[in-house]
Amino acid sequence: MEPVVHFRGAVSLLGRFPALAGVDLDVAPGEIVLLQGPNGAGKTTLLRVCAGLVAVVAGSARVLGVDLVADRRPVRPRVGLLGHDSGLYDDLTVADNVRFWARAGKTAAGDAHAAMVRLGLDGRLADVPVARLSAGQRRRASLAVMVARRPELWLLDEPHAALDQEGRDLIDGLMRDAVAAGATVLFASHEQDRATAIAHRVVAVTGGTVDAKLPAVEAATPGVTASGTPRPPAPAPDAASEHRRQGGEVAGVA
Amino acid sequence: MLHDALLVVGKDLRLEWRSRVTTNQVMPFAVLVLVLFAFALDPDRRILQEATPGLFWMAVLFSALLAIQRAFVLESHDGVRDALRLSGLDPAGIFLGKAAGIAVHLLAVELVLGVGVTLFYGAHVGGPLLLIVTCLAATAGLAAAGSLYGVLAAGLRLRETLLPLLLLPVVAPVLIAATQAFQAGFRQASGEGWRWFGLLAIFALIYTSIGIFAFDPLMEES
Amino acid sequence: MTPDTSTPRQAGSPASSPSAGRWRLDPAGTASVGSRVLGLVTLVGIAAFLLVALVASPPDSGRDASINQMGEAVRIMYLHVPVAIVCFLAFFVTAASGAMYLWRKSEGWDLLAAASAEVGVVFTALTLATGSIWGRFAWGAWWVWDARLTTTALLLILFLGYLALRRAITDPVARAKRAAIAGLIGFADVPIVHYSVDWWRSLHQKATITRFNPTIDGLKLFALMFGMVVFLLVYAWLMVHRFRLQYVQARAEERGLDAAIAERRAEGSSGVASPLAGTGAAR
Repeated sequence: MEPVVHFRGAVSLLGRFPALAGVDLDVAPGEIVLLQGPNGAGKTTLLRVCAGLVAVVAGSARVLGVDLVADRRPVRPRVGLLGHDSGLYDDLTVADNVRFWARAGKTAAGDAHAAMVRLGLDGRLADVPVARLSAGQRRRASLAVMVARRPELWLLDEPHAALDQEGRDLIDGLMRDAVAAGATVLFASHEQDRATAIAHRVVAVTGGTVDAKLPAVEAATPGVTASGTPRPPAPAPDAASEHRRQGGEVAGVA
Repeated sequence: MLHDALLVVGKDLRLEWRSRVTTNQVMPFAVLVLVLFAFALDPDRRILQEATPGLFWMAVLFSALLAIQRAFVLESHDGVRDALRLSGLDPAGIFLGKAAGIAVHLLAVELVLGVGVTLFYGAHVGGPLLLIVTCLAATAGLAAAGSLYGVLAAGLRLRETLLPLLLLPVVAPVLIAATQAFQAGFRQASGEGWRWFGLLAIFALIYTSIGIFAFDPLMEES
Repeated sequence: MTPDTSTPRQAGSPASSPSAGRWRLDPAGTASVGSRVLGLVTLVGIAAFLLVALVASPPDSGRDASINQMGEAVRIMYLHVPVAIVCFLAFFVTAASGAMYLWRKSEGWDLLAAASAEVGVVFTALTLATGSIWGRFAWGAWWVWDARLTTTALLLILFLGYLALRRAITDPVARAKRAAIAGLIGFADVPIVHYSVDWWRSLHQKATITRFNPTIDGLKLFALMFGMVVFLLVYAWLMVHRFRLQYVQARAEERGLDAAIAERRAEGSSGVASPLAGTGAAR
């Protein structure tokens, strides 16, 4: 089975700063992988590279079978990225935004509505301009866009930030559902306990590299290793293949 | 490409419907420019009447700068640029959609300005057909070139000052041609006017084609 | 403007590069033996050109087919025409190099485009100045809305916009790409501007304004041709240095990359990310 993410010595520059200084990383299909590391370690850049937004200038990098060094564009519509910015139009309502981005991704009309229901945005909030939302509500709206687009690879940058207790539970649920539906999740979080509880595996990121030697957070869950190489996650593959047999709308993961 | 263009233009028009920036700010600004021209050129209607075509299109150019600035600030705000690149929308479609959105806004501004010059400057319409097709062709050219430079300058430092410097020299032929065509249209002797209309159409075609090909590389590397 | 052969010569001594060929570049300078020879030739050429243009060639007599009767003022033409041609050549080189960059994606084409734009600004400004002086004598006004003059003025602004755009972007790849496209868009505009201004003038001014057509023969023709050669040399000399300067600048910026990667990786072992790293990766 080809890994969803396969990096060898990947270097990425932000201007002239080597934000990624040679990353080796493998993520297997159906995994939930947590990126851990101090501020400025390169987690955000790593996620943006996986999304095909930042170029890889040296080394090799494949995501969902797409060679990012050759042409990183084809991977973009197939991933979902929840970054620090909302990626929403301030003057449009939540419903306008979710519908526009869902249609841009050529998803079915029902998906947008279902996603908003899932994120609790189907009521009064649907018709509120995004500019008037709180930070947590914006996050939910961005997540709704992502859910509606059904990405094969979820890239979440601090998904728990700015959310209330219920929202955080919701995120964890979404991640589990995504994996159950055959997707793969790569996320960065400083919410130690919550993040390690849901992750199948923790990868330590420091100094623009993925460091296997660092004693990361092996403690929290049994599935966790501090290594950059994958370990088959316990429940996911079965559930994923099960789902594929039933629905099959998530393509190309296996 | 067309599907994406329609989606983007629909989104931009909805955005205008919700925010009313063109209606509440750009249009009043355009009328204000007309009034200021009158102050600058004396309230002698004869001078104003003679200069009407030029003043009309100067007001359109200034408004176009505002509209283009606004149209592309939207697309680079709060991660939207990334979202667009991730969206799977065809860059050529985004270009056509943005240009069409700007064109619709400009046509609305031109309509208001048209009423303005008839009212304030006493302009008399001789050949309405020529005036209308001139507006359409000139607006298409302005919107296409404007979208190109809008995305070129979007996300850069200094974009507010850079955009006029880059765009205005390029659209100078539009100003000349549209003004001349209008002069012909007001005089009812529209023979010369059609030649100018031809130039406007060629300009619009050239910059629309450039935009379709150039938008893809321009969306990269913000 | 006058080419100066006394450019920085650090590291130019034979001792530092014993096996250096004639055309080898100084590692940290912008000159080479070749460029110095070119500079010297250009300098001599300018002196000879001044002699031909100011002393040897006769003033415009006003007889025969010459309508202008420019007298001594005709000499400005020997400067104006070559400078104007180089100005359009520079613009063409900028646009063509931009196109080549978009095709080949190699840094050299971008540097060539940038160098040509910089040199082009100087020549465009000179074209406008000399054209204006010519106009003062030929048409009695410093400025006439002539198609060529107006197009050149817009060209100058396009050049300035192009350079301003380059300055506004720091990332070298993004800068190269956007500048190349901007150069091409601007290039497509020049003929449209020229035609529109031409029509615009012909519409209003029925009496045709006198053009550049004094009788050109013998020494005058020679002065004109010689001026063209000399100013092409000046352009080439300036281009060599500007290109080389851009190249050295790019290398200087790049030199730190390997060190930066090593430094970045070292952050990992120390376990603490530097504050600089924080600002970089927060994007």
